[in-house]
Amino acid sequence: MNGTPVRVGATERDRRRHRRGAIFKGVGLAATLVGVVALGVLMVDILRDGVGELDLAFLTSFQSRFPERAGIKAALYGSVWILVLTAAISFPLSVGAAIYLEEYAPRNRWTRLIQLNIANLAGVPSIVYGILGLTVFVRALALDRSVLSGALTLSILILPVIVMASQEAIRAVPSSIRQAAYGLGATRWQVVSHQVLPMALPGILTGTILALSRAVGETAPLIMVGAVGFIASTPGGVMDRFTVLPLQVYDWISRPQEEFHALAAGGIIVLLGLLLTMNAAAIFLRNRYQNRL
Amino acid sequence: MARTDVRVDATPGGGGGAAGAVRPLLLSSRASRNLKERLIGAVLFTCAGISTLVTAGIVAVLLGESLLFFRQVSIVDFLTDTRWTPLFRDAHFGILPLAAGSFLVAAGAAVLALPVGLLTAIFLSEYAGDRLRGILKPLLEILAGIPTVVYGYFALTFITPLLRTVFPGTDIFNAAAAALVVGVMIIPTVASLSEDALRAVPDSLRQGAFGLGATRMEVSTRVVVPAALSGIIASFILGVSRAVGETMAVTIAAGNMPNLTVNPLESIQTMTAYIVQVSKGDTPHGTIEYQTLFAVGMALFVVTLIMNVLSQWVLARFREEYE
Repeated sequence: MNGTPVRVGATERDRRRHRRGAIFKGVGLAATLVGVVALGVLMVDILRDGVGELDLAFLTSFQSRFPERAGIKAALYGSVWILVLTAAISFPLSVGAAIYLEEYAPRNRWTRLIQLNIANLAGVPSIVYGILGLTVFVRALALDRSVLSGALTLSILILPVIVMASQEAIRAVPSSIRQAAYGLGATRWQVVSHQVLPMALPGILTGTILALSRAVGETAPLIMVGAVGFIASTPGGVMDRFTVLPLQVYDWISRPQEEFHALAAGGIIVLLGLLLTMNAAAIFLRNRYQNRL
Repeated sequence: MARTDVRVDATPGGGGGAAGAVRPLLLSSRASRNLKERLIGAVLFTCAGISTLVTAGIVAVLLGESLLFFRQVSIVDFLTDTRWTPLFRDAHFGILPLAAGSFLVAAGAAVLALPVGLLTAIFLSEYAGDRLRGILKPLLEILAGIPTVVYGYFALTFITPLLRTVFPGTDIFNAAAAALVVGVMIIPTVASLSEDALRAVPDSLRQGAFGLGATRMEVSTRVVVPAALSGIIASFILGVSRAVGETMAVTIAAGNMPNLTVNPLESIQTMTAYIVQVSKGDTPHGTIEYQTLFAVGMALFVVTLIMNVLSQWVLARFREEYE
C-alpha cells in the first residue's frame, strides 16, 4: 500500500522521496511495536517470576511474615467485595446521570457546566480521590477504614468514565425510535425505560465493566482510605476492614526480600487474570451486540 | 433538534390537552403518571448533580486543610524554598523538590511517549490495514488496562537492574526507571486520542494530495497531521497530565527522597509519592504533617486541572472544521 510506483522518467528527487517514505513506514511500524513489545516483555517477566507461586495454598492462605506460608485469600475476597459494592453504587448513579444528560437535560448553561465538570473529573489523578475519600468517608462520615469507604471512593473515581460511556451508548440509539414511541403516546420515562435503555444497555455494560476493571486495579486511593496489606481476615460486612489484590502486591513489592517479590508476581498474575476475564466479558458484549442497531 | 420538539408534548402536564379530550377516563391515572414522571426526572437530575458535588467536595477538602497549612507556612516559602523536610526537626516546606521530581518523571515519560504515541497513531490510521489494526489496537488497549502497581513491579525488578548494568552508579530507586514505565503507560493514551484526531480528517484531503503526486508519507506528515494538530496537541497535554498524576509506579520505582535534581539516575520523590508516604504512616489529624498532604494534593490538583482545561481549550479553539 506504500508504493505509488515510481514512473519512468522519475527524477533522483522522486526516488529519494519514495525511499524516505519507505523508511517512514518502517519507523511507524517500529514505534507501534514499542508498546506491543513492552507488553510482551512485561508479561514474560511477571509470568517467569510468579508462576511458581501459583497453587491452591497461595489462593487460600492469609498474609504471613513467612513468604512460604503467605497467600492472597484476604486480598482476593477484598477485591471481590470492592468490585461488587463499587458496581452497586456507581452503576445506578452513573447511568442515571447519563440518562439525565442525554434525555432530560435542557440545553442550557447548567447542563453544559455539568458536562464540562464530568470531563474534568475524568482527568483528576486517582490519588486526589483518595484524599477526598479519606476526609469525607473515613473521617467526616465516620465510616472508618471500611470496605464501604473504599467502594464509595472508587465509585466516585469511575463515575465520570461510566457516565461518558453510557452517554455515548444512549446517543447511538436512533432518534426515530424515540419519536415512534412518543407518537404512540409513551411518556418520557416509558420511552427511556422501554426503548432507549434496552438498546443502549450493551454499550453501557461494556463501559461499566471496563471502568470497574480500572477500579479493581487501583491502589493509591485505597492506601489513602486506610486499606493495608497486612490483614488476616476476610470482610464479613461492608463496615469491616479489608485489603485488595493491588495493595497486597504493593505490600510485597515494598519488602526488600526476593521471596516476597516472587509472591508479588504471583499476586499480579491473579490480578491480571481477573482483569483479563473482565475485559474479555466487555469485548464479548461489544462484539455480540454492536451490529444490532 | 427533533428530540426537543417531542419534549414539548411529553413534558408532564404540558401537552395533555388533545389526548385528554379523546380519553377523559384516564385523567386520574394521568395525574399519577405525571407525578411518577416528575419524580423520575428529579432522581435522574440528582444523579447528574452528584458529579458537581464531587468536584465541590474535592475543592472544599483541599482548600480547607491547605488554608490551615498556609497559616503556618507562607505561600512564598512553599513555592520557593528548595528543601522539603516536613518530618525533620528543622522543618522546611518548599515544594520545589517534589515538583521537580514530578517534572523529571513526566518529562522523561513524555520524551518516550509523545513521539512513539504519535507515530503509532499515524501508522494505525494511515498505514495499517484493517487486519493488522484489528490485532494492534486490542494489544494497546490491554497495555492501557494494566494496573499501575504492575508497572511499578516491572520498573523495580526489570528496568532498574537493566539500568544498573548500563549505568553502574544508578540508585536502586531512580527517576529513569519510573519515567520509562510511565512513558509506556501513557503511550496508549497519546496513541488512541491522536489516532481519533487523524481519522477524523476527511479522506478528500488525502485524495487531493495523492492526486498531486504526494507520497503516503507526505500526505501523512504534511496534510493529515497538520489538519489534526489540535487533537494531537490535546492528546500530548492529556498524556503529560496523566504522567504527573501517576502514583504507584513512581512510588515503587522512583523512591521517597525529595531531591532537587535533573539527574534521572538518582532517587527522587514526586508529589504523588509523598502523599502516599504520609498517608501510609499514622499521621495524626490536625498536625502540620497531616496538612502537608492537602497542600501537596492541592498543588497536584491545580497543575493537572490546568493541563486538562488547556487540552480542552486547544481542542475547541484550534479545531479545523471540515463539514
